[in-house]
Amino acid sequence: MTEFLQHIVNMLILGSTYALLGIGLTLIFGIMRVVNFAHGELYSFGAYFVYFAAILLGFNFFVSILIAIVAGCLLGALIEFVLLRPMRGADIDTTMLIMIGAMIVMQNGEQYIWGGVAKSVNTPFPQAPLVIGSVSVSWLSVFVFCASLALIAASYLLINKTKLGKAMRATFQDRDTASLMGVNIQMIYMATFALGSALAAAAGALLGPVYVISPQMGNLASLKAFAIVILGGLGSIGGATIGGFMLAFAEEMGAGYISSGYRDAMGFLIIIAVLLFKPTGLFARAERIG
Amino acid sequence: MKRYLPWIALVAAASIPLWLHDPYILNAFITTGIFIIAAMSLNLLLGYTGQLSLGHVAFFGIGAYASALVSLGFDVELLFGIRVVHEPWPVWTGLVMGVVVAAFFGYVVGKLSFRVRGAYFVIVTISFAEVVRLVALNWVELTQGPLALTSIPPVTLGLPGVGYYDLYSKQSYFYLVLAVLALSYVVISRLVNSRAGRAMVALKENESLAVSVGIDVTGYLVLAAVVSAGIAGAAGGLYAHYLKIIDPDVFLFLYTVTMVIMVITGGKGTLAGPIVGGLIFGFIPVFSRSFLGPELQWILYGLFMILIVFVLPEGIVPAIEKWFAARDKDPETPLVKSTQAHIQDAP
Repeated sequence: MTEFLQHIVNMLILGSTYALLGIGLTLIFGIMRVVNFAHGELYSFGAYFVYFAAILLGFNFFVSILIAIVAGCLLGALIEFVLLRPMRGADIDTTMLIMIGAMIVMQNGEQYIWGGVAKSVNTPFPQAPLVIGSVSVSWLSVFVFCASLALIAASYLLINKTKLGKAMRATFQDRDTASLMGVNIQMIYMATFALGSALAAAAGALLGPVYVISPQMGNLASLKAFAIVILGGLGSIGGATIGGFMLAFAEEMGAGYISSGYRDAMGFLIIIAVLLFKPTGLFARAERIG
Repeated sequence: MKRYLPWIALVAAASIPLWLHDPYILNAFITTGIFIIAAMSLNLLLGYTGQLSLGHVAFFGIGAYASALVSLGFDVELLFGIRVVHEPWPVWTGLVMGVVVAAFFGYVVGKLSFRVRGAYFVIVTISFAEVVRLVALNWVELTQGPLALTSIPPVTLGLPGVGYYDLYSKQSYFYLVLAVLALSYVVISRLVNSRAGRAMVALKENESLAVSVGIDVTGYLVLAAVVSAGIAGAAGGLYAHYLKIIDPDVFLFLYTVTMVIMVITGGKGTLAGPIVGGLIFGFIPVFSRSFLGPELQWILYGLFMILIVFVLPEGIVPAIEKWFAARDKDPETPLVKSTQAHIQDAP
């Protein structure tokens, strides 16, 4: 039982950051129809940026995380402007190839700049864990969980309560009609990609200090984000949140009770199973966003 | 002239070991040839049926592991205490089994994953490749896991009573790879120029129309997947017996990306495309390794991939064909004009 509770605690922390990754991707894929292979690289970009700001520039840990999120947002806007805007209207395979190219450049750029040795970030939290009954959890993880939930809530409010969010939802439902109603589609696309990138960078910035930061960390993140999106159904923030926690649950249980070697296989098996048996995702009533 | 081009290319390729004695360059030709075979098989799916299979390396790796394991023998315990012991078989049976096992997985994956299309198909194929990689990494009893399968025997050719010949030398292996490449080329060109091939192109162009005129879409897609996986498996087997060592890194996504770059650069949906693209990307490392580290080389690949999609989305071979066609029509047409026409034609 103790072991099970510990897995549940780990699941909550991992799942909250997975949810951030999934929300970012579900917005990009849902609104722009771009299969963003660079999503995982934006995640590792966020992690490296925390390292860069906190260790090399000497900023406060919390400020560094904010800087990393803003940097991810700017990088996303740049990628959208340079790589995706000229290819507007191209088919999905074409933009996918471009994003694979971007992924290769970013990942090897990280490897080139930072080297293959994993980096770690010191945090201001006490080393001693928080012990509740038989379960122990580090203060850093508690912070990651709370910060992730705050960001999930913020994106939910942004999509559902602001004018920008309304325009995004309109674009998701019908791009041409939204455009006719005066929505600036170019601006919406850039905002979507920037927001999705910022959330991915936030996930990396939060999770990077928990583990170590290496150029390979983004490798599986894109695919895991897709597993979450597929689980939750396209364009649904609530679905992506639940999907994130479900993927984390499957990974924790798989690693704990089956074999730790197959931890990462859980996400892929979920993708295959869901797509083959319930291709609309587990929670999608119809394709809508919000 | 165009009819004889494949024969001229074959004769030119066959002459290479006669005048090229630098073992490093010959090695580059052999590995390039193996990747050209893999890229040709990917082109069958990507270029002719229009399905972007980004898990193609799975079939390459399955062929490599199957061929190596059949030749090396194995002894594993399955569930409920059932033990499977396999004595080593001759290497050529290993190569054949590599093709068969890869084609079988092509059938299974095709049957399952062609239920979904577009982005979801891509995700399913990548997921499949990652699962296979994790199995190769974790099923240590069969695959030795990260320790790799070592001492894979070389390919032996021969007939009972006549004598056997080990293909140890690079020259002889070059001819083996060239033979498999030529055979794959023939199989693919026969397939795409047959009724099945026209059906594939029809469903790539407009799937609902193809279905409405009675084309069995899934059947032809699965056929393409089986042939494609089998050829990729052959390439994998050649790779395993050439390197004599194989580890789970053979399933890395980057190998699929390499094949995809070769196909789209050369020109997807053309028979010569993967060969042209394969030669370019097979030899970039040979020239760049003296001044570029592996990371910079990959950055170059990534930028090249983006650039190709931007400026030459159809690839090199169709661009050249168009240029020739324009020149034949009007000998006075300057080059600049025809490339402009090409850009306007691009989707």
